[in-house]
Amino acid sequence: MSTVLLIEQTLNGLQFGMMLFLMAAGLTLIFGVMGLINLAHGSLYMVGAFAAAAVAGATGSFLLALAASLVAAALAGVVVEMTVIRRLYDRDHLDQVLATFALILIFSEGTRWVFGSFPLFLDRPDWLAGTVMLPFGIEYSLYRLSIIGAGLVVAAGLFWMIARTRIGIQIRAGENDREMIGALGVNIARLYTLVFALGAALAGIAGAMIGAIQSVQVGMGEPVLILAFVVIVIGGIGSIKGALVGALLVGLTDTLGRLLLPQLFGLVMAPSAAMSVGASLSSMAIYILMAGVLIFRPSGLFGRARDAA
Amino acid sequence: MRRERSLNMALMAVLLVFPLWAWSADEPFLITLSTRAVIFAIAGVGLNFALGLGGLVSLGHAAFFGIGGYAMGILAYHAQTYTPLMEWPLLIEGSKAMPVIWAVAIMASGLAALGIGALSLRTTGVYFIMITLAFAQMFYFFTISWPSYGGEDGLSIYVRNGLFGLNTMDPITFYAISYGWLVVVLFVVSRAARAPFGLALSAARQNAARVQAVGQVPYRLYLVAFTISGAITGLAGALFADLNRFVSPTMFSWQTSGEIMVFVILGGVGRVFGPVAGAALFILLEHLLGGVSEFWLVYLGAILLGVVLFARGGLYGLIAGREVAHD
Repeated sequence: MSTVLLIEQTLNGLQFGMMLFLMAAGLTLIFGVMGLINLAHGSLYMVGAFAAAAVAGATGSFLLALAASLVAAALAGVVVEMTVIRRLYDRDHLDQVLATFALILIFSEGTRWVFGSFPLFLDRPDWLAGTVMLPFGIEYSLYRLSIIGAGLVVAAGLFWMIARTRIGIQIRAGENDREMIGALGVNIARLYTLVFALGAALAGIAGAMIGAIQSVQVGMGEPVLILAFVVIVIGGIGSIKGALVGALLVGLTDTLGRLLLPQLFGLVMAPSAAMSVGASLSSMAIYILMAGVLIFRPSGLFGRARDAA
Repeated sequence: MRRERSLNMALMAVLLVFPLWAWSADEPFLITLSTRAVIFAIAGVGLNFALGLGGLVSLGHAAFFGIGGYAMGILAYHAQTYTPLMEWPLLIEGSKAMPVIWAVAIMASGLAALGIGALSLRTTGVYFIMITLAFAQMFYFFTISWPSYGGEDGLSIYVRNGLFGLNTMDPITFYAISYGWLVVVLFVVSRAARAPFGLALSAARQNAARVQAVGQVPYRLYLVAFTISGAITGLAGALFADLNRFVSPTMFSWQTSGEIMVFVILGGVGRVFGPVAGAALFILLEHLLGGVSEFWLVYLGAILLGVVLFARGGLYGLIAGREVAHD
């Protein structure tokens, strides 16, 4: 196996991890601030991708498509928060799971109703097509590299917002004691809607960016949602830093596992057996990683023990 | 309590009379529909044992449903191709006998539940929900990428498995078998709920610290409940696979977990017969709404949302009143 392939796959893993981070950051923020488990987060990812595909199809502009994904997902988030999610904050987790499961059904079938069952295609723009030469003579897709870059920018912006801005202070205060900040005159209902919209927008733009690599179709959100769950279980619920570390760990484990495990088994087995055993095991690798983290740190790498309650 | 008991009786009577009527009216499709409802009810009763009694919100019961299904699929596949399941260290042959398949399905899914439970129960609350979901997803991807038993395409079994020489391909016979299992499972679960174990488990759901203070270990109670719960759902999976004579990774999908939970909620959490009502209602809705629109899941979603937001006790809560504490 060549070093070039290894580095290429590492970059792919980083790109995958960055996308997972955008999903996981929203989920973990929403859980941290509002104490809500949101299964419908994957639907917002899908809404972003469909909005981008529709706008790109109509205008041909990729930047407009990205903007549309942000706006559409954030708007969908606001509507859902104000009509349904708001009633769930003081319910138990079971009610939250069921209500958001119902939202998935409505979103998925509703989208199928509007757009049909066939996948849509979102082309990456010309100015991001092709490859770039990296040091050591590695050729890599410019688009995927841009995704890594965009992910880093969003992550930096998010950390800055949480640590430095007024809204970030309110979010952190809300995580600690929601009654108190209400008493101090912060409009809690508006803060919650805002946080939900922010999480939705992050999911939406992730959907749009991935939509240009894969196809845009109904049900694209849920596999990513479940991976994002794995990410925040590993990282610790409520922690943005944990979401970043967990996302990169999961992205790299998944991508490199698919590359390395079949070759590893190839050392001791016949090639065809090694391929099938390696493929089966690598599809389970991230869950094994999760189980391993759980054995040693039941509340995740960066989680606080009280959040597990 | 009296209204709940009469509702239980009415429900079981309808499930007995309706298929018999369909049989006499020569409507095999309606019998198959009722069989689906009964099998889903068994799966729901299984989940309800962990969810209603123990308060364990598992979003991964598809794992056990699927393991039960694949236990049937793998055994029957080896029997129909006359290949041994394993030759070394000891020879294991496939089987087309229902009792063998049931025993294997119950044991395999119970063991899986023991393993998954032992890991997942180290956590509580929202972590537990996500982790059980993730483990089910692990099985889903494993069966997709594992080529020996059909991979993504699943496995077809040509003839339904046998029981004491009965003609199990006859829909009403298979319905009777499934209904018999539902009665057995309901009996076991309602006995377990009233036994010291069930009372301790209920107490652990309501206040784990106090249960610990009187010398019980909540973790152990939860783990036993989760294992029994998984084994029952696994049995339902084996029956479901036998009904369709087909298994595929879809049985492991997260939608399956969600649907099993929906049966429990539509009926009413914590009521022993709740999932039976829920599964019957689900099948009824699927049949009626499916006739109205291809996109019937939108309506199902809206109904479910309504139940969660405004009618938390489910069907049982509406008819029999709220007697079970929902916490």
